[in-house]
Amino acid sequence: MYAYDELDRTLINERVSEFRDQVKRRLSGELTEDEFKMLRLQNGVYLQLHAYMFRVAIPYGTLSSKQLRGLAHVARRYDRGYGHFTTRQNIQYNWIKLAELPDALADLAEVGIHSMQTSGNNTRNVTSDQWAGVAPGEIEDPRIWSELLRQYTTLHPEFSFLPRKFKFAITASAHDRAAIKVHDIGLRLHKNAEGETGFEVLVGGGLGRTPFIAKTIKPFVPGRDLLSYVEAILRVYNQYGRRDNIYKARIKILVHELGIEKFAQEVEEEWLQIRDSALTLDESVVEEVRSRFSYPVYEKLPHLPDELKKAAHDPLFERWRRNSVFPHKVPGYAIVTLSLKPIGGPPGDATAEQMDTIADLADKYSFGEIRVGHEQNLALPHVARRDLPVLWKALDKIGVATPNVNLVSDIIACPGLDYCSLANARSIPIAQELTRRFANHDTADLIGRLHINISGCINACGHHHVGHIGILGVEKNGEEFYQITIGGRADENAELGALIGPAVKYGEVADVIEDIVEAYLALRARPDELFVDTVKRLGVEPFRERVYATR
Amino acid sequence: MPLVKSGRVATDTFVHLADDAELPGDGAVLISAARFLENPEAISRRLGKTGVTWPNNRDVDDLVPYLDRLAMVALVFPTFRDGRAYSQARLLRERYGFKGELRATGQVLRDQFLFMLRAGFDAFEVKKEADAEAFTSTAKRYSVFYQPTGDGRLTALHQRMQLRHSESAGQ
Amino acid sequence: MVTANRTWDGVVIYRTAAHGWSAELAGAAIVRTSDEARALLAEAVADDVGAVGAYIAPVEIKNSGAIKPGNLREHIRSEGLTIGPSVPA
Repeated sequence: MYAYDELDRTLINERVSEFRDQVKRRLSGELTEDEFKMLRLQNGVYLQLHAYMFRVAIPYGTLSSKQLRGLAHVARRYDRGYGHFTTRQNIQYNWIKLAELPDALADLAEVGIHSMQTSGNNTRNVTSDQWAGVAPGEIEDPRIWSELLRQYTTLHPEFSFLPRKFKFAITASAHDRAAIKVHDIGLRLHKNAEGETGFEVLVGGGLGRTPFIAKTIKPFVPGRDLLSYVEAILRVYNQYGRRDNIYKARIKILVHELGIEKFAQEVEEEWLQIRDSALTLDESVVEEVRSRFSYPVYEKLPHLPDELKKAAHDPLFERWRRNSVFPHKVPGYAIVTLSLKPIGGPPGDATAEQMDTIADLADKYSFGEIRVGHEQNLALPHVARRDLPVLWKALDKIGVATPNVNLVSDIIACPGLDYCSLANARSIPIAQELTRRFANHDTADLIGRLHINISGCINACGHHHVGHIGILGVEKNGEEFYQITIGGRADENAELGALIGPAVKYGEVADVIEDIVEAYLALRARPDELFVDTVKRLGVEPFRERVYATR
Repeated sequence: MPLVKSGRVATDTFVHLADDAELPGDGAVLISAARFLENPEAISRRLGKTGVTWPNNRDVDDLVPYLDRLAMVALVFPTFRDGRAYSQARLLRERYGFKGELRATGQVLRDQFLFMLRAGFDAFEVKKEADAEAFTSTAKRYSVFYQPTGDGRLTALHQRMQLRHSESAGQ
Repeated sequence: MVTANRTWDGVVIYRTAAHGWSAELAGAAIVRTSDEARALLAEAVADDVGAVGAYIAPVEIKNSGAIKPGNLREHIRSEGLTIGPSVPA
């Protein structure tokens, strides 16, 4: 976990005081809404359907228990007692009053939390995967580089008014849990033949109206050149990205229109001018940031402690352990996922009470650290295996131990029309109904890993394009309809899903999903052939037939 | 529209010339890029300072050959949300070493002053009186900067390095 | 009718016939022609300090004279979330 120093804290406080002044000038009329809107967006403040929404940054998804309590405090004091964790590892509050925002921000600043650039046409949260630093087989902790990028991109004077938003993601594992291929810049940390640490740089990925899988612009950029290379990309984008049409303003469109070779050339030409500038990351500078990351002092613990042996007799505990507990790079420890997808509940939400309890449990069992995943679940990254049984009881008590992680009821959904002014249709009630249909854990286990993603509009905040099953809400004649795709994936084999047929009505969606799952169970080659692999093998046709046979 | 230079409201010594207005023999003038490029040699040889307004959708490369003869370059923010001029400013200052006045024009509002200063602007055609008056206090809003630009401000990373060195030197 | 959100706290508001705002749909001014709607909107937009994001929205007038939201979006804005009891109040 990165420890903010005096300088980081000062910057956050200066930002809070600037925003306080801006809010004051807005409420007095000195700033018009037209002048204020971009300023509030740059602090994560949206106007939604029936209130302001406030998006707070959780840099690369890492939180201390103190910070999680700070988030709980904001939910309680300034909102309606809960928050929503997003597909970009941030948290959103849905009922914030603009006039109280500066105070909420000041309270968050006390625990080193901010909301800078969580919206607006600038560079957003640099996401990583929630297992960074603890996953087995990881080359090195990508969060060091996420933090370097976070600092570099925060309040960058040249890039605060880009044509459109800009998102980064970094992975340091062979299996990409950070979805780098659907980001504006995706970075794959690896070592070259000489053992140097560097990045495969991909550009132009993104979902929304025109989804694209990112293309490799340079196979290896040494760590020392990361910032200068990123600056070159951003400068080319800032100058040549389209500004005439907001639906064509992302870098993915520029890359598509120029072609990756021409785009790479433009970037290279620019980069050659700045490669040996003040942006070069000397080893000492990287070390400085690395030294601010603290890691637990792990004990030497057994893989199968007595506590675990005893608890194995409890089928409920075992079910949860097999589902929600993942291997840790240190023997005797585990990564525990906390499911925020209770049966019948809105996906990704947590109450202030849950947050406080999770913070306490993190202190007791996870060295005070919590992670936020883009699947809208939380994780405790350093749990001793001997503590699993007692931890499970405590998690179950507060409703975050549903053993459905990565299963059909572990649904990723945007807030949809219940909250969001951009939405065409609701997403949360669809998710709720689906969890009820698939509430039986034996059935869910039988089905196996299956990611359902729901977006309430084409902006695709639910990442439906890359869902194994993707559901997109549209509006037809004032009614809610849903387009359904299958076969998408967000990992290193990223692919966009294919439409199975005409859009279906709100009331039919759950039936259709059940039909798709039934089709899969009938068609799969073996019980362990994943849904997404069956689709790859057979294509969309057999599914389309079964779903639309009676419709 | 007040002009701010050196942190204060100042008189604009440049006469803004329409494309069809006659070029005076001397005195400071601000003309459009199109007009300047029609006859750059002749224009830059006149007595009196020349300033050129460069559009934000054109590479500054075309202006670079004449920079040493220009007293002022005005860049444009058609809306404050269009950030192309920030890149242009940095290139002019840091890559091409432009030493003259670099003026921000268009929709120039208080909350962008510091970004503009960091990008190399030193003169501002400010939209609102109140903003112009608040220039100096606004420029002091932040004391910590993460990334290096040509403005000479020490970045946080380097401040930390300095601190470390002085700490270990003191031991 | 014309609806917006109150600037300082984001609460849903409706333009009234008395050139003000009401937090209740029942208080909304009802217009029937596009000219009237545009005029009502212009007035609402002019109150930049008090309200943000004003727009024209449909309503349904019941036989009883009661004003009801004219589509799902307005229903959610006036009645609240459709998510049900699983969400903490």
